[in-house]
Amino acid sequence: MIVGLDMGGTHIDGVIVEDGKIINTVKKPTNRDNLFESIWTTLEELLSGYDKSNIRRINLSTTVSTNAIVEGKTSPVGMIIQSGPGLPTDFLACGDENVFISGYIDHRGTVVKELDLEEVERGLKLFKEKGIESCGVVTKFSTRNPSHELVIKEMAEKDFNPVTMGHSMSGKLNFPRRVYTSYLNSAVYDTFNEFADNIKKSMEREGIDAPLFVLKADGGTMNLSTAEEKPVETILSGPAASFMGINAMLKTDRDALLLDIGGTTTDIFFLADGIPLFEPLGIKIDRYKTLVRAIYSYSIGLGGDSSIKVEDGKLKIGPKREGRPYAFGGPMPTPTDAMIVLDLIEDGDRDKAHKAMDILGKELGLSIEDVAKKVLDTMGGIIKHEVDGLLYEINSHPVYTVEELLYGKEVQPEVINIIGGPAKVLKPILEEKFKLPCHYPENYHIANAVGAALAKTTTEITMVADTARGILSVPELEVYEKISRHYTLDSARDRALQLLEESALSLGAKEDELELEVTEESVFNMVRGFFTSGQNIRIKAQVKPGLIQELRSDRVV
Amino acid sequence: MFKAKNRLGLVFFPAFDWAISSTHPEREERLLYTQDQIFEEGIEDIDGIHFYNPIVAEERDIERVHFCVPDVKTRLTKSHFISVGGAIRAFKSIMDGEVDKAFALVRPPGHHAHRVVYGDRGFCVVNVEAVMLEKIRQEYGDLRVAIVDTDCHHGDGTQDIYWNDKDTLFISFHQDGRTLYPGTGFMDEFGGPSGYGYNINIPLPPGTGNEGFLYVLDNVVLPILDEYKPDIIINSAGQDNHYTDPITNMNFTAKGYAELNHRLDPDIAVLEGGYSIEGALPYINLGIILAMAGIDYSHVMEPDYDEEKLRQPMDITEYIKELSDTVYDRWKNRYELSRHNLKDTDVVERSRQIFYDTDRILEEQTQRFRVCRHCSGLNTVESRSSTGYNIFGITIPRDACSKCIDDGHKLYKNTPSGRYSNIYLQDRVNDEFFK
Ligand SMILES: [Zn+2]
Ligand SMILES: [Zn+2]
Repeated sequence: MIVGLDMGGTHIDGVIVEDGKIINTVKKPTNRDNLFESIWTTLEELLSGYDKSNIRRINLSTTVSTNAIVEGKTSPVGMIIQSGPGLPTDFLACGDENVFISGYIDHRGTVVKELDLEEVERGLKLFKEKGIESCGVVTKFSTRNPSHELVIKEMAEKDFNPVTMGHSMSGKLNFPRRVYTSYLNSAVYDTFNEFADNIKKSMEREGIDAPLFVLKADGGTMNLSTAEEKPVETILSGPAASFMGINAMLKTDRDALLLDIGGTTTDIFFLADGIPLFEPLGIKIDRYKTLVRAIYSYSIGLGGDSSIKVEDGKLKIGPKREGRPYAFGGPMPTPTDAMIVLDLIEDGDRDKAHKAMDILGKELGLSIEDVAKKVLDTMGGIIKHEVDGLLYEINSHPVYTVEELLYGKEVQPEVINIIGGPAKVLKPILEEKFKLPCHYPENYHIANAVGAALAKTTTEITMVADTARGILSVPELEVYEKISRHYTLDSARDRALQLLEESALSLGAKEDELELEVTEESVFNMVRGFFTSGQNIRIKAQVKPGLIQELRSDRVV
Repeated sequence: MFKAKNRLGLVFFPAFDWAISSTHPEREERLLYTQDQIFEEGIEDIDGIHFYNPIVAEERDIERVHFCVPDVKTRLTKSHFISVGGAIRAFKSIMDGEVDKAFALVRPPGHHAHRVVYGDRGFCVVNVEAVMLEKIRQEYGDLRVAIVDTDCHHGDGTQDIYWNDKDTLFISFHQDGRTLYPGTGFMDEFGGPSGYGYNINIPLPPGTGNEGFLYVLDNVVLPILDEYKPDIIINSAGQDNHYTDPITNMNFTAKGYAELNHRLDPDIAVLEGGYSIEGALPYINLGIILAMAGIDYSHVMEPDYDEEKLRQPMDITEYIKELSDTVYDRWKNRYELSRHNLKDTDVVERSRQIFYDTDRILEEQTQRFRVCRHCSGLNTVESRSSTGYNIFGITIPRDACSKCIDDGHKLYKNTPSGRYSNIYLQDRVNDEFFK
């Protein structure tokens, strides 16, 4: 048995999957004041009557960290930031106290100016005086050389917990994002760890000794102990859960457009040859752009309950939801009302739905039925318009080689897979607008929990091997090893895949489910004077996000 | 993140899979560390900075400017079409109102490429700025443009292409040609009969530092631009004046480059040379980006920056002051100088030898500029190369009068084909090219 739990803003969904079949489901309301309580009651109800010793794993998508950030209920953090020369620095101040220190490391990882330890001491003293217990330490180019971050961590460790170091968050270059990501990691650390402790205790009490995994925004999972160290990775996993759910229920290996159409919003995702598209650097939460790897997703204010107005003789749907649909006692006409009028939904007060369409019809000079049809057509039109814009942006992402510019892959969806309430109704409309086949699963309402249940363990690494300096680095794994002058791209690639596999296993992956791939690789001849001084090798590799097992039972329409 | 004061379009195309050869300064590695710096600083997250991919330029875009011998396809690699396309994309982003300013970080460079092209010289095959500008003029209409070449080498190719065009003011300051490739760029190279005075060279002594560059900018370049009133200012932004550049002898700094761009306030900058790829380019490019975007660049600094060591000696300062006076006086007196030099001439003839250092080709050419009272005048070039070509090129300029247009076509038709290996006609009025 695999258990999947998806904690959303209003509901928690739970499923049990066994041999690719969904054998039980539960839906409970979320109590935002006690998220642990909500999770636990859902889990108990889901498991009642099942043998707990048969649980192979529990996968959980949780909003604990997300809520803490969005609601401003995070721990105070002291940030030590070494920004070196470059951009102005004031915008980096994200902690409750921010200490900017001297010293700097350049793009090759050379220490140009040493740390001033007294400055660091003074900063730590300030944090203590202010009652701050959590720290973040980030230096520019720490991915190339983490020595300053390591020294500072050692100084801070005895009085502070956690001390998040920038280079351990991501191997990608982007100093401001590394600062924000480290800050957020320390800021949600206590909240998440308290939640994790509660879960662990309760599981122990109930005699559940299955491994617990937490869903990440990239559609993969990590084990609880990793999540405890990097709780920032648990933010915004909700869209990833629904994304994985769509993939579990509707399998494809082609370019695809995936839609999750809800009451208030529509989430848009893409697959390229069946592989998810990621955010280029990381996800944005609150006002922070981060390095937290995430599925590319774009949310628009359009859903079944979006309010509809007439503006300049045209229907305007969304972006706001003013309440329930008119047919359910709400204040404004909505797409749901249109669906009721057209007999596409049997729920709700039909008279009220007619009234809603009549309000719009009078303004537009259309019959009730024609307005209802126009509402759905407009909805399809909005989605098409947004998707076209996103595809244009995606397909014009910066490239850096002649090869890619001339022959690079473009994402051109060949199929649309949708989940959500209005899926069935919108299928023919979207098929017409996009001229593409469109599918939806029958059990769409539990897609998120299924997605969470079946998500594999994933990870990604960024490697730079500089044979002139004789150093190979994978910052996020804290790997900095010596290499010889004759180190080659082939040896670097082998080492990258080996490190990636070790990392995935330590995150809880099973050996037989690992799918490793190199996503980028390049090698540069470094020349100083008139002679080759070495090779600069760069590799990115990932464990492909995917499903632990194929779903067998769901009927696709 | 914060917001840029000016919306800035960036075309960053390092061509990581293209090199002249694996150890040549124009190799894959050239913009690698610049990319690292741009990425680490988080430039792409700044509100108002937009990244664009290059478009791929077309053959006719090249033919509008150059006589490629024997033809465009033979002389250019894909990278050249993309480098030029990158600059065009950057310029378009301004013309279409997407951004206020643009910087094209593209390679290979182009400012040594003359109108006639037999091969690669000074790492350049096509003149990126000229092809870009003429494409924009073709699509968006005539523009009065000033090109300020801030590369350490004289922009001899750009000078050649705009030699007779008073609607394209060309100002180049560079290390004195007596001490550096290509050995040209002296004050008396002042333009063809129709553009006399609109080609301005400021040859600077080796060792010129921040003080000297900014002095020339404030006392020569900016006053001239004030009077010329261009619609568009292009910075032909070479970065080899830097104190760490391996092939030049100047003492300019990253902050100096940023300051220069702040004061010059160009609409568009296009990367030219610059081969101190680790110690200079990451910092200069960052400085230029920040200055153009209107962001504080006072924290931009090289790792080994040492203000004392880079201070400009007094004698150089004095020399530059005198030089600046002379150059500015010549600009002020350009009409008089022109009258004096061109009295009663119908045709101005100019013969030169041009050496292609990269491809080891020697060219001998003679240009003839007709002095026409109604337009810039028909002009021709007769050229032979050590690779065995012997060509005749006719250019009908953008502002040609009907007589010059007719004469140009007649000349093309009536030139006996046996006399030359190739005959070309650029008709810029009708945007046609014949070969
Ligand atoms: Zn140069
Ligand atoms: Zn004429």
